[in-house]
Amino acid sequence: MNDHLDTLKRSLIGGQIDRRGFMTGALAFGVGLSMASSAYAQAEKATPKQGGTLRVGFLQGSTSDSFDPATYNNDFMFVTNYAVFNHLTEFAPGGAIAPELAESFEAEPGAKVWTFKLRKDVEFSDGRKLTAADVLASIDYHRGEDSKSAVKPVLAQIAEMKASDDHTVVFTLTTGNADFPYIFADYHLCIKQASDGKIDPMSRIGTGGYTVESFEPGVRIKLKRRDSYWKEGRAHFEQVEITTISDTAARMNALMTGQVDVVDRPDLKTIHLLKRAPGVRVETTSGTLHYTMPMHVNTPPYDNRDVRTALKLAINREELVEKILRGYGTVGNDHPVAKSMPFFDPAIEQRAYDPEKAKFHLKQAGLSSLDVQLFTSEAAFEGAVDASLLYAEQAKKAGINIEVVRQPSDGYWSNVWLVKPFCTSYWGGRPTPDWMFTAGYSKDAEWNDTKWQNERFNTLLLEARAEIDQNKRAEMYSEMQRLCRDDGGALIPMFGQYVFALRDQVQHGELSEQWNLDSLRFVERWWMA
Amino acid sequence: MGRIWILVGERLALGVITLLVVSALIFVGVELLPGDLAQEILGQSATPETVAAFRHELGLDQPAIQRYFHWLLGAVQGDFGTSLANNRPISELLSVRLGNTLFLAAFAATVSIPLALTLGILAALYRNSIFDRLCNVVALIWVSLPEFFVAYVLILFLAVRVALFPSLSNIDPGMPFGELVYRSFLPALTLVLVVMAHMMRMTRAAIINVLASPYIEMARLKGMSRLRVILYHALPNALAPIINVVALNLAYLVVGVVVVEVVFVYPGLGQLFVDAVTHRDVMVVQSVGLLFAAAYILLNLIADVLSIVTNPRLMGERR
Repeated sequence: MNDHLDTLKRSLIGGQIDRRGFMTGALAFGVGLSMASSAYAQAEKATPKQGGTLRVGFLQGSTSDSFDPATYNNDFMFVTNYAVFNHLTEFAPGGAIAPELAESFEAEPGAKVWTFKLRKDVEFSDGRKLTAADVLASIDYHRGEDSKSAVKPVLAQIAEMKASDDHTVVFTLTTGNADFPYIFADYHLCIKQASDGKIDPMSRIGTGGYTVESFEPGVRIKLKRRDSYWKEGRAHFEQVEITTISDTAARMNALMTGQVDVVDRPDLKTIHLLKRAPGVRVETTSGTLHYTMPMHVNTPPYDNRDVRTALKLAINREELVEKILRGYGTVGNDHPVAKSMPFFDPAIEQRAYDPEKAKFHLKQAGLSSLDVQLFTSEAAFEGAVDASLLYAEQAKKAGINIEVVRQPSDGYWSNVWLVKPFCTSYWGGRPTPDWMFTAGYSKDAEWNDTKWQNERFNTLLLEARAEIDQNKRAEMYSEMQRLCRDDGGALIPMFGQYVFALRDQVQHGELSEQWNLDSLRFVERWWMA
Repeated sequence: MGRIWILVGERLALGVITLLVVSALIFVGVELLPGDLAQEILGQSATPETVAAFRHELGLDQPAIQRYFHWLLGAVQGDFGTSLANNRPISELLSVRLGNTLFLAAFAATVSIPLALTLGILAALYRNSIFDRLCNVVALIWVSLPEFFVAYVLILFLAVRVALFPSLSNIDPGMPFGELVYRSFLPALTLVLVVMAHMMRMTRAAIINVLASPYIEMARLKGMSRLRVILYHALPNALAPIINVVALNLAYLVVGVVVVEVVFVYPGLGQLFVDAVTHRDVMVVQSVGLLFAAAYILLNLIADVLSIVTNPRLMGERR
């Protein structure tokens, strides 16, 4: 009977039947009247509805924001970007990659040559059709000598790209990469209009579901739905208004008093009060965000593997998740592959807090006690200083003295991270193990924050990238996760969850978990019940 | 009267020099902070290459002295330049925000100044009565609490418990006046509570001070009512200190309301200033800093001129 009800719900959602048809169908199968109505109400909530104004309150957003995709650096601009622009690919629920402006993409064997076929029905908001030239110019903007873009290192793998016709783009890579389509879902790589092979980086004309009505950086943006949006079943809100509310209490108040419908990053200390508020619900997604304490493996004492292992054993991960993240997270296992990512290996044993074993490893390294400095700042992540102090306390039991050195938040990423041999940091994470390892752990990565140079690891990285056989890849990535956990310099105590709160009338389908808020695409995916 | 104009001229000239010094100090201050705009915007994702490319594009690779004088030359001609971060003309960035800030300051001032003066006079009139004590205690309580706490208390009672006013002051320049007043009511009320005490107590103290003079005693002996004595004989002689305190508080309303802006999400100059400092957008920091300095200088000048004009003795010297 439940199967039948599900079928009915699907037909209702798909629009093949109406309420009468639903109720008759349900009653015919002996479903009680009240149950049938409540099932109807449930299914109706899950049916996207057109219209309404969505008001959003965000922590981030700054007067210095602009539409230049090379300098996007906060959620406000990421979300705006996905509302106004499209990309070649997008993250679907479940972590898969789906074509967006591309109709399809495929690789030649060896994954070195990739062909992206573009949709032919896509128009920019000024009426111009999308062509391959726009795609080439938009991606080219981030390459080149004078690029200031954060995705420049990732795009270095493209040896050549060209348009074979108006709607086909062919990429030739320096080495094969089976995960190549993922990189185009990144928020920097939005597609803007080209003229003479260049884009205007500040342009607000996109192919997305919304156009910009007004934009006051650091204050608010107003978006209006485009009637001629090419993507079916998307962009339900008539209008969207995103306001920067950097004060956490003000943001929560705005949600509770109904002045906004969605807020990000509620205060975890008082979240139990928010949950009790009528008409409000709190949701979480797991994602790939993780907090790290990178050690430089080329600097004593961290050049000794036993010392690193001792430091990894001397941290009580459960306590950190409980006290620093207030339960909104999971323990990490000293490698950056999240449970939600493809090729995560659940068979690898979880490292636990074991001061005795840590002492043993210190002895192996010829030490009876260890004194180290841990550089930290709230800039690394919220609670980083507390996490460091807590760790220092836990490590004492293993005979390790950690001196917590607090640094100013200003310039932390230039003066401390990558510079000091042991510090706190975070990674927003990447959707695939290959991308994550390449960005932060490969031997010539710009952001190799542990200076780790493991030969076996680097060989595997290249082999796995070009390997098409998924089973072989899984084996290779499993070995790499182990190498990273046991030999690498990164202490990864915990993975964070994304937390957001919304009013009851805001509805959504299954969430994509790569980033916060439906992988930052909630504006075009959610709707008002 | 001519002397007054000479004084105004002198003070304005001094003001211009002060502004120059202020702009140089701000520039040096921002330069001394660790990191620059390229590093702050690119953040964790910066690589040496991309930072260098960004700096070159912004002109940050030129010597600091050269950049300062380039900006100064523009500013003297009324061109504040463009924001480094998003290429928008600074004058455009400033005008809306300045308008909002001045509106909020004016709103708070039109409520708080008459209220503070009236209460101060009444407190002086009924000195040491229950009314006097109550006024003092209440005013002191509000001024002792941090601004954000006052703001939260008001939000709790006037926006959450009883939904009288919105807790977000998201105002648009195009809104009708009534809507503007409604939306900015809570931030204005917060500011009123914060600046009231200072002005009220100064009024009271200044009047009481004058009340000790022999001529007041004479007036009382003539049989004048207490109110009349205060309004016609004491107040005019107590104006100078009151005017100075009012000017000080007005300046504060213009430049010092960052916290209130943040709590109520009011798009004023303070938030712009903080963002610009965070991202080392030197041009914007300079321009806002100059505006703030100019507000202080002008308000102080006005206060001085008014104190002289209202004091026949000071005016008299010049005859």
